[in-house]
Amino acid sequence: MPDSREIRIDPATNTLIRQGVPSIVNFYDLHGLEEALRIKEETGARVTVVTMGPPPAEKSLKTCIALGADEAVLVTDRGFAGADTLATSYVLAKTIQKVEQEWGKVDMVFCGKQTLDGDTGQVGPGIACRLDLEQLTYVSEVKQVDPIRRTVRVGRKLEDGAETVETRMPVLLTALKELNRVRRASLPGVIRGHRYKPIVWTTADFPDLDRSQIGLKGSPTIVAKTWVPEAKKVTCQWLSGENAQAAAAGACDALWDNNLPARLGWIRGGAVHD
Amino acid sequence: MTDAVQVQEYDWSGYRGVLIYVEQREGRAKPVSWQLLGQGRRLADKLHTHLMAVVIGGQIEHLAKDAVAYGADRVYICEAPELRDYRTRPYSRLMMQLIEEVKPEIVLFGATATGRDLAGAIATHLPTGLTADTTELDVEPDPSRLLLASRPAFSEKMMATILCKQYRPQMATARAGVFEALPRDNQRSGEVLRLESRMGEDDIAAKVLDFVRDQTSVNLEEAEVIVAGGRGLGGPDAFRLLEELAEAMGGVVGASRAAVDAGWIGHEHQVGQTGYTVRPKLYFAIGISGAVQHTVGMSNAELIIAINKDKEAPIFQFAHYGIVGDLFQIVPALTEEVKRRKLA
Ligand SMILES: Cc1cc2nc3c(=O)[nH]c(=O)nc-3n(C[C@H](O)[C@H](O)[C@H](O)COP(=O)(O)OP(=O)(O)OC[C@H]3O[C@@H](n4cnc5c(N)ncnc54)[C@H](O)[C@@H]3O)c2cc1C
Ligand SMILES: Cc1cc2nc3c(=O)[nH]c(=O)nc-3n(C[C@H](O)[C@H](O)[C@H](O)COP(=O)(O)OP(=O)(O)OC[C@H]3O[C@@H](n4cnc5c(N)ncnc54)[C@H](O)[C@@H]3O)c2cc1C
Repeated sequence: MPDSREIRIDPATNTLIRQGVPSIVNFYDLHGLEEALRIKEETGARVTVVTMGPPPAEKSLKTCIALGADEAVLVTDRGFAGADTLATSYVLAKTIQKVEQEWGKVDMVFCGKQTLDGDTGQVGPGIACRLDLEQLTYVSEVKQVDPIRRTVRVGRKLEDGAETVETRMPVLLTALKELNRVRRASLPGVIRGHRYKPIVWTTADFPDLDRSQIGLKGSPTIVAKTWVPEAKKVTCQWLSGENAQAAAAGACDALWDNNLPARLGWIRGGAVHD
Repeated sequence: MTDAVQVQEYDWSGYRGVLIYVEQREGRAKPVSWQLLGQGRRLADKLHTHLMAVVIGGQIEHLAKDAVAYGADRVYICEAPELRDYRTRPYSRLMMQLIEEVKPEIVLFGATATGRDLAGAIATHLPTGLTADTTELDVEPDPSRLLLASRPAFSEKMMATILCKQYRPQMATARAGVFEALPRDNQRSGEVLRLESRMGEDDIAAKVLDFVRDQTSVNLEEAEVIVAGGRGLGGPDAFRLLEELAEAMGGVVGASRAAVDAGWIGHEHQVGQTGYTVRPKLYFAIGISGAVQHTVGMSNAELIIAINKDKEAPIFQFAHYGIVGDLFQIVPALTEEVKRRKLA
């Protein structure tokens, strides 16, 4: 069934995890991909995966193909190195525009809630802002995708509760782990992933790229220094723990010595009486 | 040959003042908003500049007075029925309008779902740098007036200080429970200014259909007493003992990730790097070893009492009082003793 709808996912590679750790798909991005694949199964949409990172990131793209994505693009170039979230979202927005030129209109972009290392959660909102997409972050449930009305209804999970929001396409969503259970690749999928050669785009593939907005140069944030924090030094006063009654009495004395009954409003006035 | 003269690279004299985004729901401010006003006050004083707050929402008039009482010199409020629910587009549009008008040198948000959603959009629009999830905020005095925004990295094992030299304003989100609010001072005076909300259809494409407040949700961030338990509890039943102690003291129950991962208690109780950062007046760590990912979330508590059967447990390096013993014996006895003394 021919269908013009397209769904794109951006999994981050764990490029920040150093040393011999194989490039794996960021855990939250797998949930984004899973949701896109479900929508694909329901509507026949096309799923494209893109990532910006060094060449070993190819491996995680193959994983996405094995799971069922239609194609995968690796955006890689020395010029992109050292990007903060502003520069990252610039390149990814450009990439999504190019994906539209290649394969047609993008209706939904899935990102992870955050990566496991930089973990700012800023790249998703950055892409949405640059492409003027509706922005739905912290999505715990996709309740409805209506291709005719071009609307999306989701559940979002916040610190103090959950809300249901409906908005129009095109839209960018960032996935929580509650969103779904990630499938395992089928055997034919694994073979397809294994044989797949991701499409590679470099700066040369983006003729109108503004070089001042990419990589280290395009990154307003500078890591000025890193250090190992010193543990807060507190001297522990030992209370006897041998017998429970003595321990309880000691702990209560500590509370009363520190005026907590008054500070916590257990007793009125504030003056502690015996 | 002449030596290059040291010149100030950028002229930021047009940007002055510190602006705090006050996050609220249904007219109640999130505690992190007042904590940020407290820290914002310290930064503004060091820079000899003014502290501003902005509140956007449905019925929020009263929050202007609160913001002044917590340290703001000037409060911008934007009140409209269609602003009742947070949505990225209308809120970011208003914030952009305000930032372009008042040109603050620093803008701070809580690192909450909403704060991150909003700050991420604004920083891209402006554009400027945005440091995520900071736990330390300081400034360099004149002439640089740089914000030194520090955040944990690599599972809290390291800290990184991040600067934004080439753009203004300098923006950061900050973790709840890390900074201290100023004591409320109703005598403080400040200016309250109104912002017009001019929204088109385009701004309100997103509709919030409903919001269900998490009923089970314990309010760890606002709790004055937290009784937290870890793997040492051995199972879900022992949390009953902690609940009784918490109840006797008007507190709530917290937990380590080990206890949450074991399924003994809900995630909304978790304290630490991937849970809540808390700063109660009193924190009990019971059967918790004190891994760094836990202690980053609770070491700012005013008084910490640890109960653990292992004298070498790292938690004792953070505890003001330590009891080496069996929690199953000590916790019930403590509950009884607290009840008895409260009545006395
Ligand atoms: C210790 C440390 C601290 C940092 N602090 C900051 C900071 O405060 N501010 C700042 O601007 N930058 C910061 N950075 C840089 C930032 O981590 C990198 O720019 C990173 O490449 C992208 O940001 P993120 O990891 O925060 O992604 P997030 O915004 O957390 O990622 C969310 C989602 O966006 C998508 N995504 C992110 N990156 C890519 C990608 N390359 N390709 C495809 N999809 C992607 C994924 O779906 C991902 O799940 C920091 C880096 C380090 C190492
Ligand atoms: C990326 C990452 C994020 C993390 N985020 C968090 C987080 O947000 N919060 C968090 O808490 N952890 C977090 N962790 C996990 C953390 O590293 C520790 O594994 C965890 O805190 C250990 O929990 P615990 O102290 O309850 O268990 P344990 O380390 O197993 O300690 C149990 C303690 O109970 C004591 N005990 C046993 N029986 C008794 C008894 N009868 N009476 C008294 N004492 C007894 C033992 O002596 C021991 O000290 C994170 C880890 C990672 C890698």
